[in-house]
Amino acid sequence: MVTSSAVAEPQRYLEAQIRWRPVEIAFWLATLLPFVLTPNYLVLASQIAITALFALSLDLILGYAGIVSLGHAAYFGFASYTAGLIAKWGWGEPLTGLVIAAAAAGALGYLTSFIVARFRHLALIMITLGLGLLLAEAANSASWLTGGADGLQGVRMWKLFGVFQFDLYGTTAYNYSLVVLFVCFLVARRLINSPFGLALRGIRENATRMPAIGAPTRAHIRKVYTIAAVMAGVAGALLAQTTETVSLETLSFQRSADVLVILILGGAGRLYGGLVGAIIYMVARDQFSGINPQYWYFWIGTLLVAVVIFLPNGILGGAARLVRFFERSRA
Amino acid sequence: MSPSALSTRGLDKSFGSLVVASDIELDLPPGERYALIGPNGAGKTTLINLITGMLKPDKGRIFLGPDEITALKPEERVKCGLVRTFQINTLFPHLSALEAVTLAVCERRGYAGSWWEKLPAYGDAIEEAYAILLSLRLAASCHRPTRELAYGQQRLLEIALALATKPKVLLLDEPAAGVPQQESAELFSVIAGLSQEIAVLFIEHDMNVVFRFAHRIIVMAAGRILLQGTPKEIAADARVREVYLGRARHG
Repeated sequence: MVTSSAVAEPQRYLEAQIRWRPVEIAFWLATLLPFVLTPNYLVLASQIAITALFALSLDLILGYAGIVSLGHAAYFGFASYTAGLIAKWGWGEPLTGLVIAAAAAGALGYLTSFIVARFRHLALIMITLGLGLLLAEAANSASWLTGGADGLQGVRMWKLFGVFQFDLYGTTAYNYSLVVLFVCFLVARRLINSPFGLALRGIRENATRMPAIGAPTRAHIRKVYTIAAVMAGVAGALLAQTTETVSLETLSFQRSADVLVILILGGAGRLYGGLVGAIIYMVARDQFSGINPQYWYFWIGTLLVAVVIFLPNGILGGAARLVRFFERSRA
Repeated sequence: MSPSALSTRGLDKSFGSLVVASDIELDLPPGERYALIGPNGAGKTTLINLITGMLKPDKGRIFLGPDEITALKPEERVKCGLVRTFQINTLFPHLSALEAVTLAVCERRGYAGSWWEKLPAYGDAIEEAYAILLSLRLAASCHRPTRELAYGQQRLLEIALALATKPKVLLLDEPAAGVPQQESAELFSVIAGLSQEIAVLFIEHDMNVVFRFAHRIIVMAAGRILLQGTPKEIAADARVREVYLGRARHG
C-alpha cells in the first residue's frame, strides 16, 4: 500500500527517489581508500577508474536507451589517439587535451549516430561491430600516424595544473582519473534523472509506443549516443594521458566486448553497475593473471555465465534483491 | 456543417494481392464518438495504422482538421493532435504509471530533450500527469511499475498515455479487449466522459457497448467501408446482419 501522503505529493515522491543515498556516499568515500590501504596499486586503481568511466558511458546507451553496442571502443580509442597525438605534437597540457579528445570522440559519435539510430536488435549489434572493426583496421593501416602495432610512442604529458607530475606510482594518475570519473558520473546521474533520461527509459521499455506518444525516438538516440561517445572519449583520453602511450588495443573488438561484459556483470541500467563491474573485473584479472595468465578468461567466462543465469540484473541487481528480501523479512 | 476533425480520402493499401484497405472515405466530426465495427480481418486495425502513419497508404490522403497529414511521421501526427491506443497493451513495463504519463506530457510540452534539469523540477508536467491518472482512477497505484498493475488498469493506462498528448482525435483500438464484461462497461463510461473537444473513433466487438456509446457506426468488411449510419440504421440493415451481426450470432 502506497502511503496517501506520497500519492498526494507525486512530485515529492519522485524527488525522494533520486536523492543521494548513504550507500552512494559510502561508495565514493571508499574510492579514496586505495591511497591509504593499497598505495602500491594506484596504477591499477587509475585503470579501474578509467574502465569504470568507459562502462558508465556504455550504460547510458545500453542500460538506459537499450542500444546494444559491440563497437563502443571506437570512441574510446579514437579519443585515445587524439589525446596521444596532441601531446606528441607538442601540446602536453592534460585538461585541454582531454577536452579536445572528448570533442573529437563526440563528433565521431554524432556522425555515426545517424546510422545507429536507424537500427535495433541484431542489425544494430552488427553495425556497431562493423564500425568498430573498420576504425581499428584504419588505425592499423595508418601506422605512419598511429605507430601501428608498435603503438604510439613519444607521448609526453606536462604537469597537471603545472604542478603534479604524472609519476610511476600512479598517484597523480589516480587522482586525475578519479576526479574526472566523479565529474562524469555527476553528469550521467543528472542526465538519467532528467526528463531526457525518462525518455531514454521509454525507448528501452517500448520503442513501438514512443512514436505513438509523440516522441522523436531517433533524435533522442542520436543525442544520447553522442553524449556516450564523448564520455567514452574522456575515458580513452585519460588512458592515453596517464600511460603516455596508445596501442591498437584501445580500438579493438576485445575492448568493446570487455566493457560489455563488465557492464553486464555489474548490472546495466543502474549507473553503478559499470563501476562495480569494473572493480571486480579488473581486480580479478590482476589476481588471476598473476596465478595463471593464459587461463584467466576461463574464470571470467564462468563468472559471466553464472551471473547471467542467476543474477539477470547483474551483481548490483542481485544485491538490490537481497536488500529487498531482508527488508521484507524484517517487516 | 463544421469541418471534420479527421477525414480520409480514397485510402488504398494492399499487401501483395491482399487488399486491406480500399477507397476508405471517412469523416469524423469534432467531439463525436464513432464506432468502427466489422468481422476479424476486415481491416479495422490496418485503417488505424494507416491513419496514424504506422503504415504508408498506397494511395489516398489523410486530413486532420483542414491540414493534410499524409506525409507526416507518426510522432509528428501525434504533435498535431492525432493519437491512438493499442489493442494489445503497448506500455512501458518497468516505468511507473506516473512516469509513463509524465513522459508523454514532457514530450508534448517539449521538455523531453532536457537533460540538465531534474525531472521533479518540471512540477507542471508531473501535476498534469497526476491529474490525468486521477481522472482515470489510477492515482492510487501511480507509483507502481506498469507490469504490476491489474490488467484492467493497464487498459486504462493505454488511454491515459493517449490523453497526455492532448489529442483532438483519439483512435481506440479495442480499448476493452480482454476486459471482463462488467469492467468493460466501466471503461466505456470513462471514454464517454472524455472531454467533448476530443473526437473518438473506437473499434469494439461487443455490440451492446457499440450501440450504447457510439453516435455513429462505420461497418467495415474485406478492407472496404460497407456502410455508415446511426446505431438505429445499422441495427436495421440487412447487409450488416448478414456480414457481421448474423455471423457473430452463429459464433
